[in-house]
Amino acid sequence: MTLAFYIAAAVALAATFRAVTHADAVHSLLYFIVSLLAAAVIFYILGAPFVAALEIIIYAGAIIVLFLFVVMLLHIGRGQRREERSWIRPRVWVGPAMLSAVLLAATVTVITAEPPPAPHALPQATAPSDVGVSLFGPYVVAVQLAALLLLAGLVGASHLRRHDKSIPLRAKGDPP
Amino acid sequence: MYELLWLVPALPFAGFLVIAAGGRRLPAAAAGWTGCAAVGIPAALSLVFAAGFLFAPPEGHAHTQVLWTWIGTETLRAEAALRLDALSLTMTAVITVVGFLIHIYSTEYMRGDADFRRFFAYLNLFVAAMLVLVLADNLVLLLLGWEGVGLCSFLLIGFWYGKRENAMAARKAFLVTRTGDVALLLAIFLLVRETGTANIADILARAPEVFAEGSATANAAALLLLGGAIGKSAQLPLQVWLPDAMAGPTPVSALIHAATMVTAGVYLIARTHGVFLLAPDVMFVVALVGAATLLLGALAALAQSDIKRVLAYSTVSQLGYMFLALGAGAWSAAMFHFMTHAFFKALLFLGAGAVITALHHEQNLHRMGGLRKKLPLVFWTFLIGTACLAAVPLVTSGFYSKEKILWDVWISPYGGPGFWIAGATGAFLTALYCTRMVALVFFGEAKTEVSERPGGRVSFVLVVLAVWSLIGGGVELPHTFAHVKVFSGFLAHTVTTVVELPPGLDWLLWLLLGIASVLVFGGIAVGWALYRGGEPPPILRRAGVDAARRGAHGGFGFDTAYDLLFVRPFTALARANRADIVDRAAAGTAYSARLLHNILSATQSGRLRWYSATIAAGVILILAIALLT
Amino acid sequence: MNTHVPLEHVMLLAAALFAIGLAGLLARRNLIFMLVSVEVMLNAAGLVFIAAGAYWGQVDGQSMFIFILTMAAAEVAVGLAIILQFHWRHHHLDADAAATMKG
Repeated sequence: MTLAFYIAAAVALAATFRAVTHADAVHSLLYFIVSLLAAAVIFYILGAPFVAALEIIIYAGAIIVLFLFVVMLLHIGRGQRREERSWIRPRVWVGPAMLSAVLLAATVTVITAEPPPAPHALPQATAPSDVGVSLFGPYVVAVQLAALLLLAGLVGASHLRRHDKSIPLRAKGDPP
Repeated sequence: MYELLWLVPALPFAGFLVIAAGGRRLPAAAAGWTGCAAVGIPAALSLVFAAGFLFAPPEGHAHTQVLWTWIGTETLRAEAALRLDALSLTMTAVITVVGFLIHIYSTEYMRGDADFRRFFAYLNLFVAAMLVLVLADNLVLLLLGWEGVGLCSFLLIGFWYGKRENAMAARKAFLVTRTGDVALLLAIFLLVRETGTANIADILARAPEVFAEGSATANAAALLLLGGAIGKSAQLPLQVWLPDAMAGPTPVSALIHAATMVTAGVYLIARTHGVFLLAPDVMFVVALVGAATLLLGALAALAQSDIKRVLAYSTVSQLGYMFLALGAGAWSAAMFHFMTHAFFKALLFLGAGAVITALHHEQNLHRMGGLRKKLPLVFWTFLIGTACLAAVPLVTSGFYSKEKILWDVWISPYGGPGFWIAGATGAFLTALYCTRMVALVFFGEAKTEVSERPGGRVSFVLVVLAVWSLIGGGVELPHTFAHVKVFSGFLAHTVTTVVELPPGLDWLLWLLLGIASVLVFGGIAVGWALYRGGEPPPILRRAGVDAARRGAHGGFGFDTAYDLLFVRPFTALARANRADIVDRAAAGTAYSARLLHNILSATQSGRLRWYSATIAAGVILILAIALLT
Repeated sequence: MNTHVPLEHVMLLAAALFAIGLAGLLARRNLIFMLVSVEVMLNAAGLVFIAAGAYWGQVDGQSMFIFILTMAAAEVAVGLAIILQFHWRHHHLDADAAATMKG
């Protein structure tokens, strides 16, 4: 099981890296799906099968597919892919990589600074029903809020997609 | 009858509103007659009130009319209430009657002036403010009138503001009187704090309970009141503004700077005499100020070459007599002199105005002369006015009022022979400069052609005032002449009588009257001997005398001294602070705010990735702080 | 199901994923890729919750993950709508060119 974790971790890292650095949006999204699947495996190994399933069904299956639809809707073609490549030349990555490396170093220092205290109980696989009880027990207000958030997202999305050109929203360098 | 009291100040104010709002739509003549009527009706009313007070006095010899509650707090209550008693009635009657006559005079004198309407608007506003001042039931309302007359004085001195000197004179008058006003304000604060009321009658009633006689608080209150009074009444050392105030039109000089406003200080002290009686030391200071001012004013009047400045210094000097009387506790003598002075000084100013108009606005005494034949009416009325001013015995009102002051000063517990000598010397000097003025203006050779003779209205006013100046003294005679005490009897219910006549001193009164009369005639004789030819006598050209004349001409260097003491340091300070050091702090705040704004504004690049990077940098910073500490 | 994966290792993996996502967010100019990078970072945060929950034997970690999932769904819905609108107006997805809100 431990070995499976490290394999999944390696896959997740590699796939995520490619997802972030790939010039083609569709390829990038497919790499991200791979990364999510690897994460789902890790969740399973950590004893959370229900969440692992959700990761696959909702994240990979719904959210990323939504991305794919949009990308296809926008007809991002070969020319734009070339432009995309010019945007992600290695020089561009220097600053962000350094910033991220510093952040990673800081986080690693925090994580490895002292070993975590011993757990109260041995890790146990939790059943979906436990999660459900937790959600509708102590977290019921948070569930309500999450519902509101989803509603707000729904309204926002349906408002933003309206094809209203009367609102000027022009960036620099656009044709007038 | 007394319910109509509110009309007395309200009508002039209404007149002001009508004329000011009417503007150019109102014909000039209509504006003039509105102004006259707005003062004439109150004049008639006040005469009716005076008759009522004389023959059927109201209960308590006072009538209070509460108009509305103006300021009502727990600790201070100031009602807009008018109080009519003998003191305020005397003032009201003089203000409205003399004011009415001067209004009539002005309709002719100011004819053809481009700002004829504005003049009458200001004049009415002045009368309204002055009446509020004298009728006020409490100190706060009194202050409203006090500041109102100050404002009108400023506006009317600078009436012809196109000329720089006039505007400067107006400013000077305003600033100098304001110095006194600050003292008055402090006095009001002090009295309200100590007695817990702003009502003047209540203050006078409570003062003996609150203040011990001669205590520091009583002295402070009286001194502060005196400060306000000397500012308004142009007494030493704040007398410098009055001669310059002659820059205003002559009717203004007659009304404001001779008859009414400058006597507000006298009225204030008489009104609050109860406080002064508790501060005998301050009473002495009042008498001292009056004595010094009357001598100084008389000497300065002797050396002036401008006819209006002669009259201005003589006003300063006569106000000095009133202060001397107040300092001696001779309240009714001061008010009596105020009344006669209002008539004859208004007469003199109006006569001087007629002379000035007749001579193409020539005001220099040395370019006048020989007007006796050309302006006989002006000559005779002016002569009567001068005789009153010089206190020619028996026939003039000025004699009775001035002699009453001198006599009261001698016998008063607060006065004494020393003050009598100062007053008698002043009487001699007054006779001297009066003779000089008349000789230079009306005798000798004519030096300027007469271009215009006074019209019907001017002549009428001059005659009326001349008659009153002659007979006005009849209401109060020395007891050795006849027992006529109308005036002091009238006031006795309002002011505390301090000066009691000791029995068996009639010989002294006769003696003092005789000496004073001799001094007056001596002054006239000396003046006539020197100026008979209408020319300055040769003695003036001697070096020492000339220097003294120059000093007196310049008002004894008070202006120069104040210039050195106050104006120069102030302007030097202002010049040193030209870059406005204090403002730098404020400007620095604005500058640093702008700097910070620019810095923060630069971070708002509008670029999404830049924002993400700053968030990340912030997270790193927080982590670093958490790790390193 | 017992695991022998140390907590630190999962945390390190999450930190690494987060760092990659951050680097992507900062480096990419295309709005779609920026959104993907944000999803990567969210996913890394979710991983930490799951690991910690498993370590302590609590279900709260999983509950939290579900909330993250909800939030991600809402965020993606709005984000993608903005991207669509943006593309319709500008015919490109360059985030740097849209710097009209410069202070």
